[in-house]
Amino acid sequence: MQRYDFELIASWIPEGARVLDLGCGDGVLLAGLAATRGASGYGIEIDDANVLASVRHGVNVIQSDIEEGLAAFGDDTFDFVILSQTLQAMRDAGRVLGEMLRVGREGIVTFPNFGYWRHRLDVVRGHMPVSKSLPYSWYDTPNIHLCTVKDFEDLCATVGARILDERVIHEGRTIRLLPNLRGSLGIFRFRRP
Amino acid sequence: MNDAAPRSVGAVTPQRAGFLEPLILKAGKTLASYELVYETYGTLNAARSNAVLVCHALSGSHHVAGWYADDPQKVGWWDNLVGPGKPIDTERFFVVGVNNIGGCHGSTGPASIDRATGQPYGASFPVVTVEDWVASQARLMDRLGIERLAAAVGGSLGAMQAMQWTLSFPDRIGHALVIAAAPRLSTQNIAFNDVARQAIVSDPDFHGGNFYAHKAIPARGLKLARMLGHITYLSEDVLMEKFGRVLKRDEYGFNYDVEFEIESYLRYQGNKFAQVFDANTYLLMTKALDYFDPAKEAGGDLARALSAARAGFFVASFKSDWRFPPSRSREIVRALVASRKNVTYAEVDAPHGHDAFLLDNPHYHRLVAAYMDNVALEVGAGERRTPLATADTELEEMRGYAGRGEPREGT
Repeated sequence: MQRYDFELIASWIPEGARVLDLGCGDGVLLAGLAATRGASGYGIEIDDANVLASVRHGVNVIQSDIEEGLAAFGDDTFDFVILSQTLQAMRDAGRVLGEMLRVGREGIVTFPNFGYWRHRLDVVRGHMPVSKSLPYSWYDTPNIHLCTVKDFEDLCATVGARILDERVIHEGRTIRLLPNLRGSLGIFRFRRP
Repeated sequence: MNDAAPRSVGAVTPQRAGFLEPLILKAGKTLASYELVYETYGTLNAARSNAVLVCHALSGSHHVAGWYADDPQKVGWWDNLVGPGKPIDTERFFVVGVNNIGGCHGSTGPASIDRATGQPYGASFPVVTVEDWVASQARLMDRLGIERLAAAVGGSLGAMQAMQWTLSFPDRIGHALVIAAAPRLSTQNIAFNDVARQAIVSDPDFHGGNFYAHKAIPARGLKLARMLGHITYLSEDVLMEKFGRVLKRDEYGFNYDVEFEIESYLRYQGNKFAQVFDANTYLLMTKALDYFDPAKEAGGDLARALSAARAGFFVASFKSDWRFPPSRSREIVRALVASRKNVTYAEVDAPHGHDAFLLDNPHYHRLVAAYMDNVALEVGAGERRTPLATADTELEEMRGYAGRGEPREGT
């Protein structure tokens, strides 16, 4: 899967930052940030194959459930905590956001926008959406908490996260007109109020 | 990928090194002189940067890999992990296995002759600790011309030594592979160890540890200790699967003879062990386990204790290990993270219990291979050999893994 969010995330990370990547996948984001930004930190990942790939990429990967793994980190340990296309699989997304703000100075969250027009059209036609950004069928999806860009704004307000930057993109392009309808991927940067 | 299939290091020969400089032990006693028996595999490179020390657990030895020309059946205890093309690849690394002081495989131990008396040490052999072992291993590295280890690797009690290396000699070790470990024993662990020790010391043939002079062996006690230990090294599931409630005869005998297969198996394992292992060494090894507690000197704060380390850490646990369960490894990881160390942690889904660290498990071995690949790159011991992505064939093997290897030796 092409990760259009990685480039934008990388542009936000300053030289030498300490980064926690929640659900780090094969570790390429962390490996890239280490190589291009001299960033250091850890990735949390539950899947065996991804843990192996992360080790191969030479990143500090810790095999754990995200919600459990976050508890292992002290307050203000990181400059950035990244949750890239994983929010929708969290049991308690609000609590995870709160924990991100506890262990990190800033949080970055990216997620598939359920408000994207194709998704809406699928629902209007009577089906759960299946798309490039939501590739699973309803019965085998890990995505238990899908939301729209507007929903996420509301969640930030609820948990007291101050939004610093908000983008909605589609296939790498930033959508400025009707983003919640035309964009498939939401990308938010936020911090404590 | 590696072109050649993994092979054995082949026939190996143990070597000896004598040390006349006294070793001051943590217990306050001094070992005036001692000998270490060790084996090496692979070649030390010109930069002397590719040395890997393999530390053994309770019943292991210096014989890590390969076999003996005069005894081809005697295969090293971690032969599945160490060899050409294996996860700890002897084509890239110079691997050293050493029998620890107090052991019974050739290094100075309770059964050795005390030069001061001309008699076996027996009960007078001092209690040694993980710290003492690491100090003696460092002297062996000096002798071999190794200023800095690329890595120290161990499982269980061996993992404790790898961890201790990073604290005793932070500048002399690049990486520690800490497998199936605990930062210190739990109350339950110590309790098991004491029952094992009581089995030994209460055997009439123990003679207060001086059984050599009586030409006796406390075999009954040692057998019981091993039987108890063996149960704790395996998971309940693996015992159930392997032996179930199968009887040696068709019907119950309503007596106290050996009836269930598991009884027969444990007695066989216990007897076999009692014939080759030294009772005093067993006592000493279990004490070394009990005493290991790096956090103790930091007021119980493991993170503070580990802050002295400079090495990178690879920590792995096995989900079915109830002797040193994943929660204990997570304590180590949490402390390393709190002190901002480089650490990788994997929780391996293996059914075998504590013994899993000794057994073939494709995922576990790939993790070690991947980590060691990065170590090799770092110390200039070779190019990358593993693919960056996880291949489909690897995924299939990972999912389909239900390996049921023979139980081995634990702790």
